[in-house]
Amino acid sequence: MTEAQAPTTTAEVAGMGHSMKRKEDPRFIRGQGEYIEDVVLPNMVWMDIVRSPYAHATIKSIDASEALAMPGVLAVITGKDLEKAGLHWMPTLAGDKQMVLPVDTVMYQAQEVAAVIAETRYQAADAIQAVYVDYEPLPVVVDPFKALEPDAPVLRPDRGPEKANNHIWHWESGDRAATDAALAASDRVVPIDVYIPRIHVASIETCGCVADFDPVRGHLDFHVTSQAAHVYRTVISLVSGIPESSIRVKTHDIGGGFGGKVPVYPGYVISIVASLTLGRPVKWIEDRSENLQADSFARDYHVHAELGLQNDGTITGLRVKTLADHGYSDAAADPSKFPAGLFNVITGSYDIPQAFVEVDAAYTNKPPGGVAYRCSFRVTEAVHTIERLVDEAARVVGMDPAAFRMKNFIRKDQFPYHTPTGWDYDSGDYHTALRKALDLIGYDELRKEQAEKRARGELMGIGISSFTEIVGAGPSHTFDIIGIKMFDSAELRVHPTGSAILRLGVQSQGQGHETTFAQIVAEELGIPASKVKVEEGDTDTAPYGLGTYASRSTPVAGAATAVVSRKIREKARHLAAHLLECSADDLEWTNGKWSVRGSPDRFKTIAELAFAAYTNHPQGMEAGLEAVDYYDPPNLTFPFGSYVCVVDIDKGTGQVSVRRFVAVDDCGNIINPMIVDGQIHGGLTMGLAPSLYEEIPYDENGNNLAGTFMDYLLPTALETPAWETAKTITPSPHHPLGAKGVGESATVGAPPAIANAVVDALSHLGVTHMDIPLTPHKVWRVLHEKGVA
Amino acid sequence: MTTQHVSVTVNGAVREADVEPRLLLVHLLRDVFGLTGTHTGCDTSNCGACTVHVNGESAKSCTMLAVQANGASITTIEGMEQGGKLHPLQQAFWDQHGLQCGFCTPGMIMQSAWLLGTNPDPTDHDVREGIAGNLCRCTGYVNIVKAIQQAAAELRASEPEGAGAASA
Repeated sequence: MTEAQAPTTTAEVAGMGHSMKRKEDPRFIRGQGEYIEDVVLPNMVWMDIVRSPYAHATIKSIDASEALAMPGVLAVITGKDLEKAGLHWMPTLAGDKQMVLPVDTVMYQAQEVAAVIAETRYQAADAIQAVYVDYEPLPVVVDPFKALEPDAPVLRPDRGPEKANNHIWHWESGDRAATDAALAASDRVVPIDVYIPRIHVASIETCGCVADFDPVRGHLDFHVTSQAAHVYRTVISLVSGIPESSIRVKTHDIGGGFGGKVPVYPGYVISIVASLTLGRPVKWIEDRSENLQADSFARDYHVHAELGLQNDGTITGLRVKTLADHGYSDAAADPSKFPAGLFNVITGSYDIPQAFVEVDAAYTNKPPGGVAYRCSFRVTEAVHTIERLVDEAARVVGMDPAAFRMKNFIRKDQFPYHTPTGWDYDSGDYHTALRKALDLIGYDELRKEQAEKRARGELMGIGISSFTEIVGAGPSHTFDIIGIKMFDSAELRVHPTGSAILRLGVQSQGQGHETTFAQIVAEELGIPASKVKVEEGDTDTAPYGLGTYASRSTPVAGAATAVVSRKIREKARHLAAHLLECSADDLEWTNGKWSVRGSPDRFKTIAELAFAAYTNHPQGMEAGLEAVDYYDPPNLTFPFGSYVCVVDIDKGTGQVSVRRFVAVDDCGNIINPMIVDGQIHGGLTMGLAPSLYEEIPYDENGNNLAGTFMDYLLPTALETPAWETAKTITPSPHHPLGAKGVGESATVGAPPAIANAVVDALSHLGVTHMDIPLTPHKVWRVLHEKGVA
Repeated sequence: MTTQHVSVTVNGAVREADVEPRLLLVHLLRDVFGLTGTHTGCDTSNCGACTVHVNGESAKSCTMLAVQANGASITTIEGMEQGGKLHPLQQAFWDQHGLQCGFCTPGMIMQSAWLLGTNPDPTDHDVREGIAGNLCRCTGYVNIVKAIQQAAAELRASEPEGAGAASA
């Protein structure tokens, strides 16, 4: 069902609350989207990449002579070539560095070792087979706990003798002593160990680029599947020395991002070097195996958490110790000042007096980790831990998990709520959301059904997750990327005939920005959304922005769009005063027009005022009707929700089926209810995926065991349930539209609901915890051990 | 490299090319004929972004050679709109918000068209089974199922009584 606050505009204007059909769809349904692989330039050549079969090895030699003699081959680029220009390493967003191409050592399986540029795609693919690399294997470290043992091989000797170990950083948050004391004074302490495995976003479009350097103009056009075009431009300029004014980054249509298209990958830098070298456009499109083996890994957190409790079920404190596996480089796409991102939001939806969280990070022989999977700031890891732990605590004190949550939720009247780890939750009403979810799914009836089925030996479970998200990065005192503060921007021009163009610093990857941001302008100015063209993804025309990830578009660029519209409305007010020959103070704004207070028949519409801005503006006023806004949010926003899930488990195979899943989300005021529901459907499916199917495991030699879609299982329509969605609406008090953001909520909130349901289904067998993904084999093994299967 | 001549009818027009025998059908369509609506997402025929119709059958064009299609009639997403009117599936995907990033959409529509050709009145489960070879990472499939059912109803309504299965 689509629910939202009541619209205040007509369907023709289509402001907030209207389920306007998407303006971007006509090109997509006709196959006329323009994705990166569709970009074809005159004289363009292709790049392909030689990759390491070893997870850790010394490169003794590279012989490219045979490849260079093959038809169509133009160049082979190695780390030694890049070293001459100082381009063999590049900075990561997390302040570490990673190799563009290795000079002497490979650090993970499928790492880039050399690049071949040839006239055609097939010639380049042929020639990478003829680049002979002589490797000498080195000891491999795949387990982050072993990586921190004193005798572990030091993976990053480049850090110097004072850092002769694999420990990257230690981070802590909250009051250790007060938390220790709170737990010591508790009636009991409930522990849990949770592993949140390495996963991959696997957008259906892989990553790719076309680097087009024009040696005559000294100009680089860089076409790329990027969620953050301006940041790319700045990074490319810093690394290459090309002035930013001579770099244009264009993103085109993006076939899904989910965070995987935030990092600057080695292939992008090599493509640029190749184009600089050859003076021709160079295209690089990774294939699925490259995508799954070499880029954008998320999660990989080993969490130990303890919850202090009184015998009546009151939570007294939370203590968390975590080991983060970052692969061989900390490439976290996390623009906060905290190395573990927002992991300390782990107190979740609960009124917990004391909390202490510490995280250590380790290097291993895996690709750079810490990137996103529809949530990059470690919120998913935090929510999974607290929601599993709360279920376990309820079991220990003998309470129903719903009742336990209700007892410990932060109450509505406690907002704004300051958490023990330092966050200020803006608004919430957790009891209402959970109540609604329980009612919609028929919780009490399901518990009865479960008891009956259990008596018959059938396995059915009910799981709850009541999550609090933290999005909208972010306030610039806390968030930056390489020093650039995490504001975002909107530039709005209203044309003489009343239509408009809105340019943004964020980047749609399917979220429907061309529609929703037009609706914000429609809401604020009364210009029909159909007449507001939204443009993103061209750094030559868009105002500087930090891009789209972490559900930040609506909280930050949405706010910028509201504010820029209000700036224009204010200028229009002075135009109206001029035309109506009255004081601007006598005017009031209603339904897209300024009218004289008390004389509603004397008014000027926004279209009339736009025309006047170019044809009849008063002496002394600048012509035109345009403005720009760079919005620095005062706080983050805190969407929340309660999910309830019912699973059935096949005793013979261990297969888990999600029978029903009710998701009650609260993302504040809603711009387009249809699109919000679509975001939740997709987010839930990307919550289902790592709960039941997806994991990128490694064997002891560092071999990636899920390098194709035959091993890395994305949910199909058959495994995916018919999601049931509903809303509560608790506006954000500090956002100009009262909106909060929604893109990642469901991916964050869904996994513990599913895991809790599976554990619940097996609880009478003595099962108290299982790590995701809950694959048939993993569940069957438990059933077999318990003598059930 | 030796080449082989292929002649195919694509969306009703005869197209010819001299191609390497190893050229994939998807690359013939995209790189040679410039029909970039057909996408590649996995190379292992799991994702279905490359789905087209070959002689009326749904086919994953990333795992078929161009030369295997010699003489065949091929329909791609670009051939679905007829006389300026969207195919009911295109319209329904738009109406029901059955797409987000749009990358899987052409393959999903082509597979759905084949499905409705073989089963004009599917249950939701039939629909989900019928598109299980096409991955969508954005929508969670809920609105795709709704879209296919909308189109199915429209196609059934437009079929003359007793005309049998609708053809895609």
